[in-house]
Parts: sequence; structure tokens; C-alpha cells
Amino acid sequence: MRKLALSDEILLRVEKPARYIGGEINMVKKDPKEVEIRFCMCFPDVYEIGMSHLGIQILYDMFNLREDTYCERVYSPWMDLDRIMREERIPLFALESQDPVKSFDFLGITLQYEMCYTNILQILDLSGIPLKASERTPEDPFVIGGGPCTYNPEPIADFFDIFYIGEGETVYGDLLDAYKAWKKTGGTRNGFLKQAAKIPGCYVPQFYEVRYHEDGTLSEFFPVVEEAPERVFKQVQRDMSETYYPEKPLVPYIKVTQDRVVLEIQRGCIRGCRFCQAGMLYRPVRPRSLSFLKPRATAMIEATGHEEITLSSLSSSDYLELDKLVYWLIDEFQERGVNISLPSLRIDAFALDVMSKVQDVRKSSLTFAPEAGSQRMRNVINKGLSEEEILKGAMDAFLGGWNRVKLYFMLGLPGETDEDIEAIAVLSDKIAREYYTIPKEERHGKVNIVTSTSIFVPKPFTPFQWAPMVSREYAEEKREFLLGKVKAQLNGKSIKYNCHDADVSELEGVFARGDRKLCNVILQAYKEGCMYDAWGEFFLYDVWKKAFAENGIDMDFYLKRERREDELFPWDFIDIGVTKKFLLREYQRSKEAVVTPNCREGCSGCGAAAFQCGVCVGPEREKEER
Amino acid sequence: MKARMKFTKTGSMRFIGHLDVMRYFQKAFRRAGIRVSYSKGFSPHQIMSFASPLGLGLSSEGEYLDLSLEEEISKEEFLKRVNEQMNEEILVTDFLFLLEESKSSMAVLAACDYLIFMKPEWGKEQEQGLLAQDSFLADFEKRKAVLQEFLKKERIEILKKTKRSEKQMDIREYIYQLLPAENGMGKLQEDLKKEGYEPVLFMQLTSGSVINIKPELVLEALFAEAGEEYHSAAFQIHRLEMYGDRNMKKGEVHTLKSNPACELVSLAEYGKWKEKTHVSYVGENLEREPHAAGYYDCGQCSVLGKEQDKKGI
Repeated sequence: MRKLALSDEILLRVEKPARYIGGEINMVKKDPKEVEIRFCMCFPDVYEIGMSHLGIQILYDMFNLREDTYCERVYSPWMDLDRIMREERIPLFALESQDPVKSFDFLGITLQYEMCYTNILQILDLSGIPLKASERTPEDPFVIGGGPCTYNPEPIADFFDIFYIGEGETVYGDLLDAYKAWKKTGGTRNGFLKQAAKIPGCYVPQFYEVRYHEDGTLSEFFPVVEEAPERVFKQVQRDMSETYYPEKPLVPYIKVTQDRVVLEIQRGCIRGCRFCQAGMLYRPVRPRSLSFLKPRATAMIEATGHEEITLSSLSSSDYLELDKLVYWLIDEFQERGVNISLPSLRIDAFALDVMSKVQDVRKSSLTFAPEAGSQRMRNVINKGLSEEEILKGAMDAFLGGWNRVKLYFMLGLPGETDEDIEAIAVLSDKIAREYYTIPKEERHGKVNIVTSTSIFVPKPFTPFQWAPMVSREYAEEKREFLLGKVKAQLNGKSIKYNCHDADVSELEGVFARGDRKLCNVILQAYKEGCMYDAWGEFFLYDVWKKAFAENGIDMDFYLKRERREDELFPWDFIDIGVTKKFLLREYQRSKEAVVTPNCREGCSGCGAAAFQCGVCVGPEREKEER
Repeated sequence: MKARMKFTKTGSMRFIGHLDVMRYFQKAFRRAGIRVSYSKGFSPHQIMSFASPLGLGLSSEGEYLDLSLEEEISKEEFLKRVNEQMNEEILVTDFLFLLEESKSSMAVLAACDYLIFMKPEWGKEQEQGLLAQDSFLADFEKRKAVLQEFLKKERIEILKKTKRSEKQMDIREYIYQLLPAENGMGKLQEDLKKEGYEPVLFMQLTSGSVINIKPELVLEALFAEAGEEYHSAAFQIHRLEMYGDRNMKKGEVHTLKSNPACELVSLAEYGKWKEKTHVSYVGENLEREPHAAGYYDCGQCSVLGKEQDKKGI
């Protein structure tokens, strides 16, 4: 029998014990005594969320290809087990071997969203690892952060030994090799960190010092040891068809959020929406070839037994051979009872044809993300989508038999006016009106529109990194305003309006563009009970407010200021290829509501061409690579 | 084609709920390339059902899953292909095709066998262990005596809790067997002993959709009888086998005292379609399946049995 870290009695007391037993299909089994490096990969959220993440599956597979390394996994214990582990002093353990995390060489934590920051501290705390990197001893693992939030790691800089900035496929091998070499020489903890700091993309926060102006903004940010570079360069996997991809992904026992095969068709996006951080971070767009994707799709379906396959990318419609791929998937898998799901598709004739083949038109709804209601505002955010296109897409869908539409918008975009907000209601109504131009006998009942708004949060490395964020009072007021406008529409009764929580957005806004001063706030909030902040039911707004107040930190400093053009940002030491100059130019163009062409229409000189790959080396080359 | 398989569920798999076990098998069949029949519609799913969901934490070597297959496959081939896709804690141990007329195992389930173990941390060796104390379970003779007294009772009243209510219930009639555990009961007994589990009791209880007696209830009543405290965490309940009743009628429960009394047949035999084991004429069914037409094992299900009786075969 497999050894389990938790007793039967505890497993029967907690919700969904399968979260903690490991042993999933395709789990890698190695003898921990036979390896030189034990790496524990963590997604700091509940199992069902963490197991749905493609990035971990890629790295898990890649690490375990190394004979000298055993990569295992850990996720945040849910609140019920968290309490029991604290009461009974049970150390946090990895799922594979069920051994304590503290006994590992590395703890790698993926940082997918700001609201998981307190969960990082939960993981460290339950593992018995000192929360601050500066307090760790030779017995503790090296704690590494990776993922999108490392593009501004400063609010959590105190808790990590190393941040890995860039795509995981690139320099992890170098880091592990350096670790092995260091271990043989028996050097100090600092000694390894100095070696790590020399590896491109690796940022060791304790080797940098920050100085501030009197107004609280940064005056200087500089390395204090010679091994640490002044600028840290994002690492890019240049050829997406010559790289790692798991052929035997893990298959969980319990139903997880993403319970299907995920095929990443391309990385990056050509669009350049000004609010979108991923669109800038992952430039340039790099497609994977059909000859790379097809055999992997087949292998993964066969190795998992999943009933569904989904395509992953920031904008699937921009994958040039999408039609070929999708029709191949339908031919290959539909007969075998495998569903094909297609997120992030622009609604056009192709999309409707495919969707009518792969889903039940009556039961499914179509999703549009105009992001803003008025054309002016869509130009401000550089969302290349006209009202005409939206209405035509909706009409085509209605004629195809759909009558349910979901619409996504943002509130609080820079320079937003009441007219822009009202335009959300008007556009929703126009879509409903389109439906009712169809003769009654050809319609399928009533139209059903769900309009959702989230609060815009300005993010680092976007043109809006200089922009102020709206207050929660504003968000609440405008939500009421929009609700009134929706109700006042002709088809108001056919439109349901949902809005994202403003309190959480505010905190996300602070952390997104925060600095090192926030480390103590996060630490205090955690110590006073904050955890699972992304889960509405556990979000303790008052505790957070108190933590800010007691540390003398003004949230408005991070939220409400429009930053000076020459302000030194906490994340400026990171080089993502896209230049600050380009971002500033885009910010200025947004103020004039001028649209910038996408990467295929013409190069705007963002700086990502430095990577010499993907769309930057030209469409001809892109074709050749395919 | 209707089929049934028998499987074990032990170790960490005890903590996987039955719906998740269903999903686990669905994915395993797909990996193994077993052609299971699908329901129609836009979200087709594999047609399968459990005889009786096993509670979380319980182990078993007698679980049954009914399924419908698109292809004929030998037992050896089925076991080989499916077991290649299993982890070591769920193993398929038997496979059979069913008569097309046979009802689902859930519908025919009439009784279950259970073996009760003391968990290692509560066993003899441990200081706090129940067995080490003055418990009636600690001593074979004492255990036998308590069981005899218990079973002599006319009525055994328990409090049955449902989601909505609690009610008094007499379960004496539904306890078919209650014995001290013996060697040889269950194929996994020896393996479990090696892990430190100590077999103490065997019981056979009424199960199914009309009356379903959980072994925990009997344990609780037994400890009450012995005047000892019952610690549910001390026991590992291990299901050994499930049975159908040849004399079953829908909506009725036949116990040992009923007239006719229940006639229990393992679900691995109940409704089984055996080729050329016994020729028995069953009318129109002759034409239905050309490859093995008319070769049925008689008396496997009540309807067929009666048909045959009438025809005097």
C-alpha cells in the first residue's frame, strides 16, 4: 500500500480527501534516494485549480525527464485541512512521496494571480520553512517563484530566494546543474544564490537594494553583489515546435476545473490590447506547427482517456492554421467520443461552422469580449473590434440557432465617461434587437444576454501602467448607473447584468504595481488570518485595511496616482523585450484614441524583435516554421 | 452487450468517492481501448452503473460495475487490457457477459459480505489499541460468546438516521451471518494482515434498494450489547462479496426467514451468460445472438428460470 502522510481518520474528516493522496494516473514514480535533486512544484491554490494548470504539467514532465531529479507536487490545503494541520502540527507534504516539503532541495511556486500571495505564506508556514528568505537555514529548500506575477515580484520579494523570470522551458536546466555543482562543493546558501543570480532570467531579490524619494516613489534600484546583473532578461522559448510538451499529462481522480487535454497551439498574441499584460509579456507570437501538435494531441488523448480536448492560446483565431487543425481534430476524435472545446474564438463563419459541429447549439451560449461599450473606448484600449463586426457575429450566431450570448466588458478603463458606460447597455440592447429582426417563426424563443463587467486593474508592462485605477466607490456608483441603463433599454428584461467584486480588485491593483514595502503588509494580513483571498467567502477586507494602516501604507499611493512619465517603477529592472518607450507611446496614443496595428498588419517596433523569433522574423519565416 | 466486472478497491483508493471511481473507469476503458457503449446525444457518456456505492474509507474485494460493450471480448483479454491501466489499488478480478434480459446489479443486489478489521494503530501491538484492552474482541472465545448472545435476541433495535429523520428499526432479521473472522475469508486478508490489520468479524447483511443494512450499524449495536464504547475509527470495513437473490421480487426483501427464503448467488454468477455450459431453450431468444444463441445457464434470473420451468426443461 502507498504510504500516506495523513491518517485515515483525518482523510475522512476533510472535504475531498482525494486532494491529498496523490497517486493519479501518469504520476511519476521515482525512488527519492536515487536522485540528486528533489523539486517540489507548487500551485498556491486548491488542488482542483492547481491541477488544471498547463504550465505545471509542462515543467513536471520536463524536470522528471532528468534522471537526477524527482519533481513532485503540492497544492494549498483547503481551509478544513489547514486547521487540522496546524492543530496537530502535521508538516505539509508533497503528493508523490508524501514526504515533507521541507526536506526538498527546491520549492517552486507558480504565481498566476496576485490574490494568491497569502497562500504562498500558508504553504511556507505549513511546511515549516521560514517565511522570509533572509531567515532560512541550510536545512530549508530554495524557494523559487515563477509565472506572470514575477514580472513585478517586489511585493513578495522578501519571501523568495529566487524568481525565475521567463518561460520555464529555457534555463531551469542550467539552474539545476548549478545546484548540483554547488552541492558537491558544500558551499553556503548565499554561495548558491550568487551562482543562480548569474543565470540569465534568475532574479535574487536579496542581492538588490531599493531607495525611495520622499514622495514614496523609487529613486534607485541596484544590485549589491557583483554576480547580480543590473537588468534581468525575460527568457523566451524561441521555437515552440522544438521543445518540451507532456505526452502523458496527469489525470486527477476528482473533477478539476480543467478536466481535459490541453493543447497549447501558440504562445503570445499579435493584438496589442493596451489593458492586457499577457499580450505584452509573451511577445512575440510563436505558433506551434501542425506536425508538432497532431501527434501530441493523439498521444495525450490515448494516455489520459480524457473525453475532451481544448485549444489554449491568448487568441485562437489568430493561429493561422486553425481551420486545418480544428477540422483534423473533429475528423480524428469526434468518432471516438471526444469533445472539442474552443475558447477564445472570434465569432465568424468558420467559428460558427465548427461550433455547430462540436456542441449542442440549443444548450450552449456564445461569448463575445468587446471589453468596452463605445467605439471610442475600444479604440482607447486598442481592441480591434468594431460594432459592425460584433453585431454581424451575433446575427450569424442567431441565424445558426443560438439565442444565448455572453458579453464581457470592463469598468474603470482610463478616461472612461458616463457615455462609454452607457454604451455597454446600448450595445447589449442592440444585440438583442438584432435577434428580434429575425421573423418570429424562425426564432428559437427569447434571446438571453448576460452582460458582465469586471473592474479594470492596470498592470505592469502594459501601456496603462502609468494610469490611475478607479476607486471602489466609483466602481460601485458606476455599477448602479449601468444597472439602471441596462434596465432602461428596450430589451432590458432580456439582459442580465453581473459585476465583479470591487474590494478584491482594489487589492489586486495595489499588488500588481506594488513595491517591496508591501511585503510586511502581506505578512501581517496572513498572520491575522487572510488566506484564499481570491475566494470571496474567505476575503477579509477589514483585516487587509488594518494591515495597511498599521504598516503606514496608503493604498491610494498605488492606485489613484497617474504616474509620471519618468517615474522609476519597481519592475523596471526586468527586461521583457517590449520597451518602456513603446509602452509610453502606446499610452499616449490611447489618450488620443488612436489604434495601433497588430503585429501581422505591421511592426510597431515594440522591442520584442530582439528575441528574433515568431512573427518578428516576418510572416514568411512564420510560414516556414509551420 | 451487457457485461459486469468485479474489482478491488484498497489503500489510498478508499478515499475516492464512487462517482470519481466511475470517472476513473471511464477514462481507463478509453485508454485500454475497450469499446464501451455510449448514450446518444451531444454529450454522450458511457453506459455503466455500480451495484452499490462503497462508502468513503471502506475497502473492498467485491465491487461490481455493470457496463455495456460494443464488442465481444474474452475475460482474459478484458482483465489484461483494463488492469494494465489500473493503479495497484484498484484491480479488476472478474469479468462476465450477462444475459440480455438480466437486470442491473443494482436492481438485483440482495446481500453483502463484510470482513471487519482492527486498524493497525488500534490493534494488539499498540498501547491504546482496543484489542489490548479488556474488549470482547480481544479474545476469540469471548468474542464468540458475545456474538452468540447477540444473535439469540429476538429483536435488535437500532436508530436509523436518514437525511430527514431518525427511526427505530429492528435489524435482527437482516443479519444473515455474524461470525468471528477466520483465516481464508477473503483473498486480500493475508495482504491486509501484513499491513498490520487484524481481522475480527465477518458479517453477511441484507443490502439493496429496499433494505440496506450498513455494517457500521451492526458494529454499533454489538458494542452496545457488550457494554463497550464503539470507536468507528478503529475499524476497517472490507467488503468481500455481493449477492443477488434468485427468489427476488421487485420491491420485496426475502430474508432467511421469508417464504420462500432468499437464495443468494454471487453477482459474478447472477445473470451470467455462459457459452455451452447448459443447453436450455428460451424461445425467441434463440435468434437474437447468433454466436451463442440459446446457450444459457438456467436458473440465473427469476424471470428466465420461470420461463424454463414452464417449458419443462
